[in-house]
Amino acid sequence: MLTTVGLEVHVQLDSKTKIFCGCRIQFGGAPNSRTCPVCLGLPGALPVLNRRVFDLGLRAVLALSGTISKKIKFDRKNYYYPDLPKGYQISQWDCPLGRGGFVELDSGKKIRLNRAHLEEDAGKLIHDQSPDTSLVDLNRAGTPLLEIVTEPDLENPAEAYEYLSHLKTILKAVGVSECDMEKGQLRCDANVSVRNAASDPLGKRVEIKNLNSFKAVKAALEFEVTRQTEAFEKGVALTQETRLWDDKLQKTFSMRSKEEANDYRYFPEPDLVPFTVSEEEIKTARAEFSKWELPRQKKERFAKQYGLSDYDACLLSGQDDVALFFEETVKLSKNAKAAANWIIGPVFAYLGSKGVTLNQTKLTANHLSKIYQLVEKGRMSFQAAKDNVFAEVIANGLDPETVMKEKHLEQVSEDGALIEWIAEVMQANPKVVDDFRSGKPSAAQFLVGQVMKKSKGKANPGKAKDLLLIKLKEI
Amino acid sequence: MKHQNSFVHDTGSLSKLTIHQLADRYANGALTCDGLLHDLSAAIRSRDRDQRQIRAYINFDSIRPIRREVPKASKLWGIPIAVKDNLCVAGEETTCGSKILKGFISPYHATVVEKLLNAGAVIFGRTNQDEFAFGSSCETSCYGPTRNPRDPERVPGGSSGGSAACVADHTAIAALGSDTGGSIRQPASFCGVVGMKPTYGRVSRYGLIAFASSLDQIGPITKDVRDNALFLNVIAGHDPKDSTSADVPVPDYSDFLGRSIQGMRIGIAAPVQTPILENAVKVLKSLGAKVEALSLPHIAYAVSVYYIVAPAEASSNLARFDGVRFGFRDKSAPSLLEMYEHTRGQGFGAEAKRRIILGTYSLSSGYYDAYYLHAMKVRTKIKNDFDAAFKKVDAILSPTAPSPAFKLGEKAASPLEMYLSDIYTIPANLAGVPALSVPGGTDHSTGGKDLPLGLQFIGKPFDEGTLYQLAYAFEQATDYHKRLGNVC
Repeated sequence: MLTTVGLEVHVQLDSKTKIFCGCRIQFGGAPNSRTCPVCLGLPGALPVLNRRVFDLGLRAVLALSGTISKKIKFDRKNYYYPDLPKGYQISQWDCPLGRGGFVELDSGKKIRLNRAHLEEDAGKLIHDQSPDTSLVDLNRAGTPLLEIVTEPDLENPAEAYEYLSHLKTILKAVGVSECDMEKGQLRCDANVSVRNAASDPLGKRVEIKNLNSFKAVKAALEFEVTRQTEAFEKGVALTQETRLWDDKLQKTFSMRSKEEANDYRYFPEPDLVPFTVSEEEIKTARAEFSKWELPRQKKERFAKQYGLSDYDACLLSGQDDVALFFEETVKLSKNAKAAANWIIGPVFAYLGSKGVTLNQTKLTANHLSKIYQLVEKGRMSFQAAKDNVFAEVIANGLDPETVMKEKHLEQVSEDGALIEWIAEVMQANPKVVDDFRSGKPSAAQFLVGQVMKKSKGKANPGKAKDLLLIKLKEI
Repeated sequence: MKHQNSFVHDTGSLSKLTIHQLADRYANGALTCDGLLHDLSAAIRSRDRDQRQIRAYINFDSIRPIRREVPKASKLWGIPIAVKDNLCVAGEETTCGSKILKGFISPYHATVVEKLLNAGAVIFGRTNQDEFAFGSSCETSCYGPTRNPRDPERVPGGSSGGSAACVADHTAIAALGSDTGGSIRQPASFCGVVGMKPTYGRVSRYGLIAFASSLDQIGPITKDVRDNALFLNVIAGHDPKDSTSADVPVPDYSDFLGRSIQGMRIGIAAPVQTPILENAVKVLKSLGAKVEALSLPHIAYAVSVYYIVAPAEASSNLARFDGVRFGFRDKSAPSLLEMYEHTRGQGFGAEAKRRIILGTYSLSSGYYDAYYLHAMKVRTKIKNDFDAAFKKVDAILSPTAPSPAFKLGEKAASPLEMYLSDIYTIPANLAGVPALSVPGGTDHSTGGKDLPLGLQFIGKPFDEGTLYQLAYAFEQATDYHKRLGNVC
């Protein structure tokens, strides 16, 4: 069986104010406190397009390699629902802001995009305040959205998941959207169908709604593929319908069939004047856009500029805060290799164990570079730095050198002290000393370990080994 | 105080004056604003609900002045303006003459109201209209009909019937109307006053409860052309709150008044030569204008196009009246769907329902291309006709309406006949061009009283100045506006 998936993603554009009025956008807040006659849909109020929203939309289309529509026009999508104050949603029908473009998966497969268009969000209904009434909160009404629709290029739930991750990374990287699903800044509907062979026409399309996380998208698609495949194999006819995902039960349920589908009576929004985007404006948008670095470009630059493996470059460029931190650390220390090893090693381990992001810790680029510079200069062992100093620095934002001194972790490199420890170790381990002298060089390693132990880790291991070898060969 | 006392024994006389006459009295200290309002209140109380039952105002017994502290030199300082019920005035019930908006108190002023207040005008009274401006007779309001002060047996025209009637009846100095297919000009013609539908985009629509967004314009209804020019100057201009308002400079329209019309070219496209039109041509020619015949081949389709486009937009514009947030709601409905159905079923009148159904139909899947899209294409052709015509002439002259005011109830049974009363006014809305109606004479054909008939000047986009120039010259050469100054 072959699976065909297409996704419709709504992304909240990162504008301070709403798409058609000056009301501020903020998550939460007292119901209806961030509204005005325009977003309340009061009689006589008129929309005015927010220039910043338009610019963010342009940037998103460019980031996804789409073509910008020359004619910009809005349409009304008419339907009744209490969270839709005007009785229509201002959207774009036949002239979407962007057409085409793609998102590339790790395999190199390109998921083609059909379109990207601007529209306004609706409000929210509140059902839990009273048993027999529902309330309307219009704070969200008029929040700018970009709807991005794929071609039916996704072939399984895993690809859908990967597509969403890449889309999110790209849009975040160019500052178009925060894409925080918990705050509803990214929402997804999925269309899925199955068929027996590529030569068959596409199967009956099922639209799945109420997908609140990437995981839910994947799980819902997996459930649907199984359900549809079983039906197909049993010879049960599938219908074109909309189904809702229940995250608790991990199942989809039928919501409405095609016959009950709405006729939205789209027509051009007469309150907004269509306008054309000139070549000049597209040029300016491109120039503006070129200062943003796409995730793929950043990864390639990291690999080349810092001599990193593809894998390391990917890890370090994937998240904005990490990438910025890495570059700052390198700038301070001029040591990309050490910075990369420390971030991919101890830093990621710490973030993973605490479940936090880098920005949520007290670690600064200055401190991290200082830590490994102390190791490089031989003032502290790598082990002490990693196990004792780093944890203090990242948790409490303390200066590495201060921590090192307070914890008496500074390495001893003076000959006097080292020679004393070496003498004591040799005296206590005459048999091992004999082993070395009778031609067993590995015995020296054990003796160095004993010196480290004696010094409570403070001995400079390189220096200690050098001196020990001299002493062993002295007789 | 001395001035104020002098009005008490002179009740009603001030309300017969024009804006510019009142401005002169203010300038020489012969008048106070309170005195004028007092006089006007008395005129409204004594005339609006007398045995003629004109009923131009919907808030007859609760009119309160709304004004702002502004310098006395402001253009409309102390001038009371009556406002059509489809324009939002903060703190006032604004209903569009519809039961469905009963109880809606606007929290904001329409831009035109803001501009009037900033120019010193006093918002004074709300005028009746056809429900949601759907009509040409002012009979479909939930408050009942307004009557024509020239002959109370007859309608004042519509939809801005209340605004035209109060100006004609001297219960207002001037009034704001709105015009989607003739709603300022046709009542101005029926009542013998001056009404301007400005260029689409000339006056901000912010705060005008939309009927058909691509056709609606707000405009002044006044006693003479000078007042109209003064009034339009105050309300015209770009508004950042209305994307369709044009950023085109507004000239001082008063500058156009009194200029010679010698050599100006006037086109006539009307198929029927009425006595009023023939007389007007004679007058204009005597003033030096050149009059020539003109062809506008597609305006024959204007009414058909209008009754596709306007109801389509209206069906969407009226969707917000759903009982959820404001106005009337059927509280007994057991479900959401029934709440919508009952609220709209009871809240809208018959004509509103007819237009919502018409518009919903023509936008529906499968019909959109045949109706709406087709109509929009013809609309473009009509606009092109005007563009071509204005390469040859400065203005186009026509009757404002095909007949004088008809009797109440005469056309209520036949929507089509009612729709045709806007045959001369609709083309200007479709093309977005300005059009002005001035009293052009009287009609005796009905056998009864002399009924006023309007003459319409249609102009180039944003060339309202030329229309004022022509209309003022015509007005000064005739006495129609004065002859009709005294109502029954």
